[in-house]
Amino acid sequence: MKYTPIIGLEVHVELKTSSKMFCRCSADYFGKEPNTHTCPVCLGMPGALPVPNKKAIEWCVKIALSLGCTINKESKFDRKNYYYPDLAKGYQISQYDQPFGEHGHISLKSGKAIRIRRVHMEEDTGKLIHQTIDGEKASLIDFNRSGVPLVEIVTEPDFSSAEEVKEYLQKLQLVVRYLEVSNADMEKGDMRLEPNISLSTDPKQLPKYKVEVKNINSFRFVEKAINFEIKRQEDLLTKGKTPQQETRGWDENKGVTFSQRVKEEANDYRYFPEPDIPPITFTDAEISTLRSRVPELQEEKILRFGREFSLAPYDAEILTRDRSLANFFEESVKVGKAHGINPKQIANYIINKKVDTSTQLPASLVKNIVIATQTTQVDETELQKIIDDVLTENTKAVEDFKNGKEASLMFLVGQIMRKFDKKVDVNQVKDALLHKLHGN
Amino acid sequence: MRIDVSHIAKLANLPLTEEEKKKFEKQLEETLQYIEQLKEIDTTGIPVTNTVTDLQNVADEDVARPSLSSLEALANATSTFHGLFKVKAILDQK
Amino acid sequence: MDLYSLSITESLEKLKQKKLSSVELTTACLNRIKKTNKALNALITVTDEAALDAAKHADLLRAQGENLPLLGIPMVIKDNFCTKGVRTTASSKVLDNFIPPYNATVTERLLQAGIVMLGKANMDAWAHGSSTETSDYGPSKNPWNKGYLPGGSSGGTAASVAADQAIGGIGSETAGSIRQPASWCGIVGLKPTYGRVSRYGVIAMGSSLDSPGPMTKTVSDSALVLQVLAGKDPLDATSLPHEVPNYSQSRENPLAGVKIGISDDYFEGVDKEVVSAVTAAIKEYEKLGATIKKIKLFQPKYAIAVYTILQRSEVSSNLARYDGIRYGYGRDRFGDEAKRRIMLGTFTLSAGYYDAYYKKALQVRTLIIDDFKRAFQDVDVIMGPTSPSTALPLGSSKNHPMFGEMADVLVEPSSIAGLPGINIPCGFSKNNLPIGLQIIGPKLSEQKLINIAYKFEKATDYHTKKPSL
Repeated sequence: MKYTPIIGLEVHVELKTSSKMFCRCSADYFGKEPNTHTCPVCLGMPGALPVPNKKAIEWCVKIALSLGCTINKESKFDRKNYYYPDLAKGYQISQYDQPFGEHGHISLKSGKAIRIRRVHMEEDTGKLIHQTIDGEKASLIDFNRSGVPLVEIVTEPDFSSAEEVKEYLQKLQLVVRYLEVSNADMEKGDMRLEPNISLSTDPKQLPKYKVEVKNINSFRFVEKAINFEIKRQEDLLTKGKTPQQETRGWDENKGVTFSQRVKEEANDYRYFPEPDIPPITFTDAEISTLRSRVPELQEEKILRFGREFSLAPYDAEILTRDRSLANFFEESVKVGKAHGINPKQIANYIINKKVDTSTQLPASLVKNIVIATQTTQVDETELQKIIDDVLTENTKAVEDFKNGKEASLMFLVGQIMRKFDKKVDVNQVKDALLHKLHGN
Repeated sequence: MRIDVSHIAKLANLPLTEEEKKKFEKQLEETLQYIEQLKEIDTTGIPVTNTVTDLQNVADEDVARPSLSSLEALANATSTFHGLFKVKAILDQK
Repeated sequence: MDLYSLSITESLEKLKQKKLSSVELTTACLNRIKKTNKALNALITVTDEAALDAAKHADLLRAQGENLPLLGIPMVIKDNFCTKGVRTTASSKVLDNFIPPYNATVTERLLQAGIVMLGKANMDAWAHGSSTETSDYGPSKNPWNKGYLPGGSSGGTAASVAADQAIGGIGSETAGSIRQPASWCGIVGLKPTYGRVSRYGVIAMGSSLDSPGPMTKTVSDSALVLQVLAGKDPLDATSLPHEVPNYSQSRENPLAGVKIGISDDYFEGVDKEVVSAVTAAIKEYEKLGATIKKIKLFQPKYAIAVYTILQRSEVSSNLARYDGIRYGYGRDRFGDEAKRRIMLGTFTLSAGYYDAYYKKALQVRTLIIDDFKRAFQDVDVIMGPTSPSTALPLGSSKNHPMFGEMADVLVEPSSIAGLPGINIPCGFSKNNLPIGLQIIGPKLSEQKLINIAYKFEKATDYHTKKPSL
């Protein structure tokens, strides 16, 4: 029997706003002393009330727009009721039937579109730490993270392999990074994902069960976990068994998923409209203003780089993996134009030399390219002769180099260059010198 | 019987004794019977009113303000450990 | 005249004229509390030392020329308002040891206005009830007859103000919790428009309904207190940004041309004595120049059902935070009434029942709102009894899962619609228990309510009667 994996994905993205979603405690909680970023609101104290964060709402809408969603002109917050010690109020403020965004998609390289069911806004919970204290197992709670804004992005069950999931996640990560609304760093928990996986013999038919996998904190593991789960379910099905509807955890050390909770009954979250927050509405004008604030995203950039700068799609893809790198490239192209350097040369230089754009300015990059292109090749015999002279004059440095002192190499290159009365290609000199040294 | 008292108590995270369950079952039934009167009102096509204020789009600027100190945050807790709230061990599941 | 029996208006006048100091007034109140509270159980926390310090400070400020609106006025606050550093329990043992690290906006505004807080008033636990009998600290007693209930949930505040333990008080109403105990104790209780007064820091009961407000000896006093409380609060997203008028300014306006609506349904099943006192009060209004118009309103009995569903549902969620981890004790300490409400609300929100109960209630709420809107096209205010009866004997609420709803049947429709209402004393029963008249107005009509209530108060002397204690 041939089984097709049917995979859906829920991704939580933590926004990097200055303050929390419903109070003005600092949202910058990572690595801070426990319970120093809390107030009556995010501690769920009696009588405290939520006031939504305007920027977080705007960012959520920008994410939704970037994913091609329709924005609900009438939206609201709802309470999702459930008990857990890290959930201060005994309910999470989320969105139920009127999320900010619906019906979006992300297109994969293969041309397949992964449909996005909804994009909604909610708040994070506190953090639980499990520890043994005085021989007794205990759970400790830090509420610094409680109330930090989260955007949840839910897909339809459109994936049929772990590779597709990984590609989708990379694209999604890039979108939120381009928007500069989240660091989307999986290790820090800025981006959390929960795939749900099942297998079917008929890809058009959803199976009767679904397995959710939690605690996955890297792209590498998401692939492993999904593939493990596909294999596990396939084995069960082959033996004529039906996998259980359940939530499983991912054990990164053992590389396996394990049963966490079997659902006896569907969760009953008793959603109802949050009475403490008036509804949120958007006019067409507001939506188009937000749309105009969405920057050019990677896909459009790749196309434009091809069109405007005649870059190969491969190069354009590399240069747009990071919004600041793409900006650096474009700046350099502008500067380069005045110096007769074309975009292709700049792209090659950035890609081949792995230029660190955080320490270099576009102007200095262009200058380097100019120098590199202006240097002349020297006559090989003349070069060999000068190398021999320099090596004889600097036996100490030669000895040092052979003993592993790398710096001596550049010293020798410098000595050689000085013997020319014109600019020479430093790489040519270096290559010839190395050849000589290793040859000896 | 329409109310599964044990199930509702579980959802509500309320520890109830068997005696309480029995008592509440009867009382909740009475209350439910009373509120059944609403069925007499035809609400076809009537919109819901979640909030009576007519307000919308109330939100705050994203400016962080000072929090409570950890001492203040923990002051009312029954059990703490090194600046954290402490509870009996729970399985990490949600 | 004893100092403690002064109203806020009278006290302020004497304080301004330097005929009285806040320390004298506060001391008089504290002595009165010492004398009467054991029997009445109106206050569950008395902050006597802090009160005297605050009074001294108030006198100092006044000596320096400071003229804050309530400077030096001793007041009591219902125990569901968070008071920084002062135990706040909502009369539930779940919060027996809870010391808030912050003030409710109402508390903050009162303190900024210069009040002297005497203590925290008893109430039905979590404001669940209309008797104070669900309080984990025992019921309060009605100062007019200690064998009777003061009403609730703000029964402690009502009893305290009626017994002259304080010059004024603060209550909160979800549906009836200010007006009904004010009626039973013979004082003025003003329930503002939903959103007019911030809910921040008020231990939530029914979040879409809760309205804090003044409970005072006179109508003028309620205007002074509302002036301090009303207005937009950045910490409460549902607070109204509308401009706050001067509530005292137009209280003397003549009533000629004012149209009062009366609905027969609001007199059905009401005690005869109450009907006749309220009817007489309405006659008095005619004498004062108002015209009376019969109107038809949505039957109050449906409001009971709507209110029960909405309030229980919100309660089930609002009480979810009490898990004993960050403050207070565990959920096993909830009393019967809270447990019942949590259970019913959990049920009405649960899968498969939401549409039949919660959604249906929200739809009927729309009908009730529209009904009032229609009514207020024809009349300025609606009048009727506040409560179907005068105060009931102690023990009446026991084992009546819907006691509160029944006692509050006449105030529930307006609460569901978020409308303001005021109770004023309008007579006494044969056994000397107070009777209250309620006046309901459209949204944000507090100024008009105060005007209309004040004219009656000026023409009558019911508000000057005191219980003998």
